[in-house]
Amino acid sequence: MEAKSERAPIKKNSGTLKVTTPSDREVAMTRVFDAPRRLVFKAWTTPELMKRWFYGPEEWRLAVCELDSRVGGKVRFEWRNPEGKSMGLSGVCREVAAPERLVFTEVWDEDWTGGETLVTLVFTEDAGKTTMTQTVLYSSQSARDGALKTGMEHGAAMSYDRLAELLTSMA
Amino acid sequence: MIETLQALAEPNRFQIVELLRGGPRPVGEMVERLGLRQPQVSKHLRVLSEAGLVDVRVDAQRRIYGLRAAPLRELEQWIGRYRRIWEASFQQLDAVLEELKAKEKKRGSKKRKSAD
Repeated sequence: MEAKSERAPIKKNSGTLKVTTPSDREVAMTRVFDAPRRLVFKAWTTPELMKRWFYGPEEWRLAVCELDSRVGGKVRFEWRNPEGKSMGLSGVCREVAAPERLVFTEVWDEDWTGGETLVTLVFTEDAGKTTMTQTVLYSSQSARDGALKTGMEHGAAMSYDRLAELLTSMA
Repeated sequence: MIETLQALAEPNRFQIVELLRGGPRPVGEMVERLGLRQPQVSKHLRVLSEAGLVDVRVDAQRRIYGLRAAPLRELEQWIGRYRRIWEASFQQLDAVLEELKAKEKKRGSKKRKSAD
């Protein structure tokens, strides 16, 4: 059941990932990090740093990472696995307000999200901790729900809580 | 798996599944509770049944539908994996942030240096 691949040992303090659906076309993830937002923003916008944490599934690793964090700047992420397969996405930065907000478009090479999505990252800081909210806006509800079907991770996590509840009730 | 997702992706079918969480129910009762027409409900039940999400037993004249857990469990495991992808990434990010914090502390005053 658990993925076999072992990640580096992790310090505690990791917040829990919350996944919600604020509207028909959106999926939002919220996570708290024990660091000022200046650093969280830096980790999100510095390609060398991103490569160290922005993993794909299982053995996939971020092989190409371009994020020109200026309005109109290019975004390109490409993950590869040990068998040499790759998957990637491209986009453009729409809004950059360091260290609180970053907005960019995304479209997967194989377009499994039914068109372009808009990703909004908001970082708020409180007592040295940063709450990150990542909202993905799909082109339509069916695109969002379709993302669930094809295995796009943002979409896939969304109904997890409801499903867990469903399973509990059936046990 | 895809079949399970496709079956669940239709709002009325999702409603049916939600309704059946409370236990097996006859078709007539579902028609009433969902405010749909009988042929519609039957059509949805057929899709759910083909996807293995529900099974039926006949009790006198009534067809009683109930949920089957197996495909949902499979789905849960699969979705859980995708959630873990993000969580695994964010845990790595935690580690990177710890490092950045430590570096900053060591440096004391701000001096530009490439990360890593």
